[in-house]
Amino acid sequence: MFNRASVALGLAFLYGPIVLLVIYSFNASRLVTVWAGFSTRWYGALAQDQQMLDAIWVTLRVGLISASLATVLGTLAAVGLVRSGRFPGRTLFGGMIYAPLVLPEVILGLSLLLLYVALDLPRGFWTLTLSHATVTLCYATVVIQARLASFDISLEEAARDLGCTPLGAFLAVTLPGIAPAVAAAWMLAFTLSLDDLVIASFTSGPGATTLPMRLYSQVRLGVNPEINAVSTLLIALVAVGVTAAWLIQRPRRTGP
Amino acid sequence: MRRTWAVILAPYLWLVLFFAVPMALIAKLSLSHTVLAMPPYAPRLDLSHGLDGISAFLGGLSGATYARLTQDRLYISAYLSSLGFAGVATAILLLIGYPIAYGMSRFGAGARQALLLGVILPFWTSFLIRIYAWIAILKPAGLLNQGLALLHLPPLQLLNTDAAVIIGLVYAYLPFMILPLYAVLEKQDESLIEAAQDLGCTPLTAFWRVTFPLSLPGLAAGALLCFIPMVGEFVIPDLLGGSKTLMLGRTIWTEFFADRDWPAASAVALALLATLIVPIALFQRQQAKVLS
Repeated sequence: MFNRASVALGLAFLYGPIVLLVIYSFNASRLVTVWAGFSTRWYGALAQDQQMLDAIWVTLRVGLISASLATVLGTLAAVGLVRSGRFPGRTLFGGMIYAPLVLPEVILGLSLLLLYVALDLPRGFWTLTLSHATVTLCYATVVIQARLASFDISLEEAARDLGCTPLGAFLAVTLPGIAPAVAAAWMLAFTLSLDDLVIASFTSGPGATTLPMRLYSQVRLGVNPEINAVSTLLIALVAVGVTAAWLIQRPRRTGP
Repeated sequence: MRRTWAVILAPYLWLVLFFAVPMALIAKLSLSHTVLAMPPYAPRLDLSHGLDGISAFLGGLSGATYARLTQDRLYISAYLSSLGFAGVATAILLLIGYPIAYGMSRFGAGARQALLLGVILPFWTSFLIRIYAWIAILKPAGLLNQGLALLHLPPLQLLNTDAAVIIGLVYAYLPFMILPLYAVLEKQDESLIEAAQDLGCTPLTAFWRVTFPLSLPGLAAGALLCFIPMVGEFVIPDLLGGSKTLMLGRTIWTEFFADRDWPAASAVALALLATLIVPIALFQRQQAKVLS
């Protein structure tokens, strides 16, 4: 009884604010917290808001490119960590993988900005994409590493005994085996990129305003039903994507 | 095994360039001073003059920024209150996260999977949006006070206070606390509890003497996973806190964007990093143990 109550209260706490935000995105009133009947006018306003649409487009491109870069690098890093045993600088490498997972984003953003200033790179779309790739690559590595550690290496060895090159064996045997984790890593990287405000604020420049940067500048001016509308769309996108990924992965998890 | 070494080269070099070098740059900049130029700090390393350039550069470094920070009460209180906010929020997270994780682990296998998804889903939802949702709830004429008015209770002034920052921190980091706790509680062998009860323990004693000690690794992981990023949190104190809410993440942001004092921002970032290095090392060691 106590267990069920605490779980129910926990979920209510986690979802209550999100549900309220979604409900009030359909509010007819301009005042976010005063209900004045059902309306989809804020979704219409959103479709007219060119700056918001531009920001969404920038965010999606940054997310696609940085998540793909992060997944490729993260797969390599995971293979290296799981398969190479000890190598010089392994501790440093492990540290560089784990530290960005927990370091405050303000530090990561500031440090990356200083790099671009030192290299004289103008800040914009590409500096932002490289920064997101760097941070999300660490998450991708951890996700793929967990899967790879439990992958039976003798399958890959068998393929090599049968004449595969190491690369061929990896591509034909191991990669399909860890594919769910690679896909999950890509999704995680993409979502983190989509979501990031702090690192983007430091490393992006004129002409590359992302959706969170745009939302943030509007939120600072106060609550606004259009923000509720765009938030609802994002929440729906993520909920559908994560639930689908979960359903795809689920049968594999129930195995031995 | 030699060839697998080569695969790590690309991510290794990438992280050296985009993580290690930038961290070194923060350290260097914290020893510089502000000038009215672009970039707004000096000295700059000029390699075109060879060794002279390097020695001129090293001679130009100084700890003046740090001296300035330790004398300014604003920085000291921002530092202390960051630790305070993160500490209080971590304690509350443990108190409410543990019963939730424990409750989840007592459900049947199918329900557990669904509950797990239920806890993970908010984590995938935009951080900014989840914090934004609380503004509408906490503001003076917001949903919380409308609810209180219906119950004939006096309204609460929460938005732009320290209490709102704590609520935001607890809300945003709850999944990070539940997941590591759930991971250890779910794996626990139920026969241990049965054995303890067979030997005369009450359910409560069995919990304190068996379940709880065995869940300590998850508790430590959850606490570290929440505490470390919370110390440097920016979005939550900025949106939910008042103008007097001091936290280091916000200080770095202001020094950098508003005051354009890059050396001060770097020195604060480095002080923050130095504070977090022990918890981060603990966290890394624990993760390595779990993975191996």
